[in-house]
Amino acid sequence: MKPSVTHVPQSPWLLFWRRFRKHKMALVGIVIVFSIVVLTAIAPLIAPYDPMKQNLLNRFQPPSATHWLGTDDLGRDLWTRILYGGRISLSVGLLAMAVSIVLGSLIGLVSGYYGGWVDSILMRITEIFLSIPRLFVLIALGMFLRTLDLPYLQAGSFLPIAFVIGALSWMGTARMVRASTLALREREFVQACRALGGSNLRTLFQHILPNVASPIIVSATLGLSSAIISESGLSYLGFGVQLPTPTWGNMLSNTQSQMTTAPWTAIFPGLMIFLVVISINYIGDGLRDALDPRHAPR
Amino acid sequence: MTTYLIRRLFQAALTLLAISFILFGLISAAPGGFMTVYAEKSDMSPEDLARIRAKLGLDDPIPVRYLKWLGNLLQGDWGKSLTSKRPVLEEIASRLPNTLLLMGLMMICTLLVAIPLGIFSAVRQYSWFDHFFTTLAFAGQSLPVFWFGLVLIIVFAVLLKGPDGRPLLPGAGMYTLGEPFSLWDRIRHLILPVTMLTFVSSAEYMRYLRSSMLDVIHEDYIRTARAKGLREWKVIYKHGLRNAIIPLVTLVGLDLPSLFGGALFTETIFAWPGIGRLYFTAAMKNDYPLVMATLMIYSALIVLSTLLVDLVYAALDPRIRLS
Repeated sequence: MKPSVTHVPQSPWLLFWRRFRKHKMALVGIVIVFSIVVLTAIAPLIAPYDPMKQNLLNRFQPPSATHWLGTDDLGRDLWTRILYGGRISLSVGLLAMAVSIVLGSLIGLVSGYYGGWVDSILMRITEIFLSIPRLFVLIALGMFLRTLDLPYLQAGSFLPIAFVIGALSWMGTARMVRASTLALREREFVQACRALGGSNLRTLFQHILPNVASPIIVSATLGLSSAIISESGLSYLGFGVQLPTPTWGNMLSNTQSQMTTAPWTAIFPGLMIFLVVISINYIGDGLRDALDPRHAPR
Repeated sequence: MTTYLIRRLFQAALTLLAISFILFGLISAAPGGFMTVYAEKSDMSPEDLARIRAKLGLDDPIPVRYLKWLGNLLQGDWGKSLTSKRPVLEEIASRLPNTLLLMGLMMICTLLVAIPLGIFSAVRQYSWFDHFFTTLAFAGQSLPVFWFGLVLIIVFAVLLKGPDGRPLLPGAGMYTLGEPFSLWDRIRHLILPVTMLTFVSSAEYMRYLRSSMLDVIHEDYIRTARAKGLREWKVIYKHGLRNAIIPLVTLVGLDLPSLFGGALFTETIFAWPGIGRLYFTAAMKNDYPLVMATLMIYSALIVLSTLLVDLVYAALDPRIRLS
């Protein structure tokens, strides 16, 4: 006799993957982001030229077999610089996103869990940060960083700008995590943990945090793309990572005056930013649909 | 209601005070700070520099300087630009009309584009129309704005030529140099920057309205409206849109401060003499008083519009009670 119905147990990961793979654009996004990450990671192996090597006899070469994407105003190979620039742009994005997610999650968790005056103070601070014009303050901070003359802040260092971007973009995450924590605090499993003598830290990190993980993951994805945009914008204006270190943003800096002679210098770096950002946004969209069924397309 | 309003105003004032303190502390902490502009002029002796330091009160401790600065601010003395030597408020006021023209037009165009697109996409969900415009909007939200500006210039101000052999559209400035003012000339200069701004911000508005419209369309009262035999357009506009547009009011309200400084990239790229470009050049030249004044005004506008949005929202949505 055969069992009438067999229920194959399904792991949450499998369920997640089943839902995620329905989002075709997200899958395409993953392939694109993965390829770009790999290409920039192995840049020293595959880049045909030296990213800093100037060759003034070779300025403004249009795209050709020797220079796939042409050369810039100092005769440097654009494809090489895009590979190396991607390392910086992506690193800044990742670091800034990590800073903002860690800050936002911690503030949200503490605020929602402890409530009372802790919550009031933290939410006031969040409000203050939400009330400053982000781009303008980033520029002011960039101006500030440029005047600093410390050894670890030398031209080309991307650490300060990444921290600054992260420190100005945690507020959305904090509010969202706080709201979820507030709701979770009253649930039975959290009450049970506390009744059994679980410490506050244990309750927060072992029981509440895993339950707010999915919205945090989604906002991390979207935070990554917006951090990449912020870095490129700042570097474009000259307040981010300083030349000659290439990033996709600062490679666009001087291109406006070269547009009639060498439009390719203005096209390709921006195209890379756009490609990476739209791919990450699609991945975020897919993650949201897969992690939170309420968001799935109707 | 009155107590609520008083409490909110009090909170807003505190927030602004905190912001002013943070910004002031930050800018005062910059090495060189206010002095970089003078130090760059090589013809000044150390004694001259010390005299200027004393005159600007830069030798006082930061809290003292902050209180002095705040006192002056409240009396309407916002300081002078280090580069142009004009009062910073005058400097900002002279640029404001240009920015308002650009951003005002952008806001009107955005609403004209985004509201119909958002409604149609929601009503005809999953049609080719919906797919096309949601994808376009998704792309619009992922665009690095400054690069989009560069591409627009390459296409319309470099590659494409008008019938007279000159570039189709001007790629910089507010007017053609050496020509008398004409409305047509001004409009031609507005086309590219307004297009760039409208494309990016209507992407956000359209996606927002579409999703709030979708929420509303599945409500019971819409089914009731249909069931009682109302015409479809009446159901959509009178019962659907009226409810769906409330979240959009919030979005527009929170975007109001950007009428002041929201076009920094656009103004920088298209050489449009507005607040954004003023701020950018001030930051390039370490013009601290001007930077500080712009930041303060912008922050104040954000705080006020947040308050305004909460009040308007409560007035529009009777389910919300202020307390």
